[in-house]
Amino acid sequence: MSTLAPSTIDLASRLDRQAPAVEVRDLRKTFRRRDRKAGRFARKRPWPALDDVTFTIPRGECVTILGQNGSGKSTLVRLLSTLLLSDGGEARVFGHDVDREASTIRRLVNRVSVEASFFKKMSASENLSYAARFYGMTPRQTRTAVPEILSRVGFPPDRRNEAMENLSRGMQQKVALARALLTSPVLLLLDEPTTGLDPRSKLEVQEFIRQVRREHDATILLCTHDMAEAEALSDRVGILDRGRLLFLEPVEDVKRRFGVATLEEAFFAATGREFEAEENDDDEYREVFA
Amino acid sequence: MSEFALETRNQLVGLFGIVERNMYLTKRYFLWDLAFMVWTIANTLTIVFIARAVPDATPAQINTYETVFLVGATIWAFLGIIFEFMTETVAWERWEGTIEYTFMAPLSRFVHLFGQGAFAVLYGLIRATILFFVVAAFLGIHAPDANYGAALALLALASISFIGIGIMTSVLPLISPEKGAQLGFVCQGVMLVVSGVYYSVSVMPEWMQWIAKISPATYALRGCRASIIDGAGLQWANVWPLLIIAVLATPIGLAIFRVGERHAKKHGKLKRAG
Repeated sequence: MSTLAPSTIDLASRLDRQAPAVEVRDLRKTFRRRDRKAGRFARKRPWPALDDVTFTIPRGECVTILGQNGSGKSTLVRLLSTLLLSDGGEARVFGHDVDREASTIRRLVNRVSVEASFFKKMSASENLSYAARFYGMTPRQTRTAVPEILSRVGFPPDRRNEAMENLSRGMQQKVALARALLTSPVLLLLDEPTTGLDPRSKLEVQEFIRQVRREHDATILLCTHDMAEAEALSDRVGILDRGRLLFLEPVEDVKRRFGVATLEEAFFAATGREFEAEENDDDEYREVFA
Repeated sequence: MSEFALETRNQLVGLFGIVERNMYLTKRYFLWDLAFMVWTIANTLTIVFIARAVPDATPAQINTYETVFLVGATIWAFLGIIFEFMTETVAWERWEGTIEYTFMAPLSRFVHLFGQGAFAVLYGLIRATILFFVVAAFLGIHAPDANYGAALALLALASISFIGIGIMTSVLPLISPEKGAQLGFVCQGVMLVVSGVYYSVSVMPEWMQWIAKISPATYALRGCRASIIDGAGLQWANVWPLLIIAVLATPIGLAIFRVGERHAKKHGKLKRAG
């Protein structure tokens, strides 16, 4: 018996085979934020999070978007997840417009974000069952699917019923991956899935992402600031800098374009800044709660 | 399976998921719930004891006053649970960090909010029943003519309106992450003040009596008191306003929520709090 969510099976089989997995044209998103130095009562000013971003991801490809904190990576992921409305341009997922056909897209997309967000008092099994219900999976289906997916991500069976708050961050991130895969998304959005993980957990998560690519017909958009991860996992790499996508090419082409040996050097050549010299952290976050 | 049938099935499974999640959380926070129950009982006793301080009242009159106060306090507690669940639908998820996953899931907003409301009504009814009978037993309140069936039926009917109004307030934390939940409690307080929670609506200024006419709590309180004190059945005078408010409140609540959700998506407020 398939462990796929029934709604996903049905939609995936009816997808337009010709349409790219992701098609983004001149996408714009501007937030308004207050200049902290100008004081609490200063007027908010527009801050472009995405500035005319254009790219296409064919079905089955794994693409990485690199960028510093505040470069617009999370905004892009949230737009494709239907959690934000764009200010201009368009974004399509398997031919469906993210603003106008959000309910269709929600069945096709799932994501893993930097924070493994769960109900902390609920166990891994309970959290996964809850998430699966939204995709039409009944208790009978999750009784077999949840242990199966947890064992695939290497989650210890004896801790399935332990509250999430008692699990390490690495464990929680594995459950987050399991949650995303439980619904068998055809587009998987990974927003810094290994940030903050210890080296071993990071390698395990990366290996699992490779496994997903091998075994599922999933398209992956990975946003990270980990150059090695980008190089190890992706077919193409792009740099998002202050809301502008500078390029999106295979890693070797990027290096050749700038005549450098590493992606760090390519980043410096493309932006004129060191990758580590990050700007204001979490600009969007401040915007929201300003 | 046709597309409509598949979608309906998925939404029903999603509705079950919302109720199931709240059951898990109630189980995990059982001791907190127990403490809250004790606090609610103590708080209700402080109100109902006022009846015994009425000078020159006969024991029968005191019993009636106590019942009036107890019904008011019980419905206040019931309504409080519904408003808390609805208003904090967004606030809880923002705090737990799950808000983005819930709002990007293929669950219709009606099912999402109605599921939350359905659990709140169920949970609120259990708590209200315990509260009523524990306090009544503690004080020795007699209600020999009580028609509990009619009172429960009226409360169930009023719950539909309460869920609709709760949906309206649940949008507040979406628009204002910091102050939204508090504004929801303001709405709850205002509704009870104008609905005659511990007194007759007629003692209020006329303009407040006009507001009382559109509050479902007015009819729930009036009807429940009549059923418990006088043994009255379901009275049409209380039923028809509740039916009208129920039919209007949920679609209006959903429309307001949709506008709020769009605003949140436009301004990037549909995200976790840390």
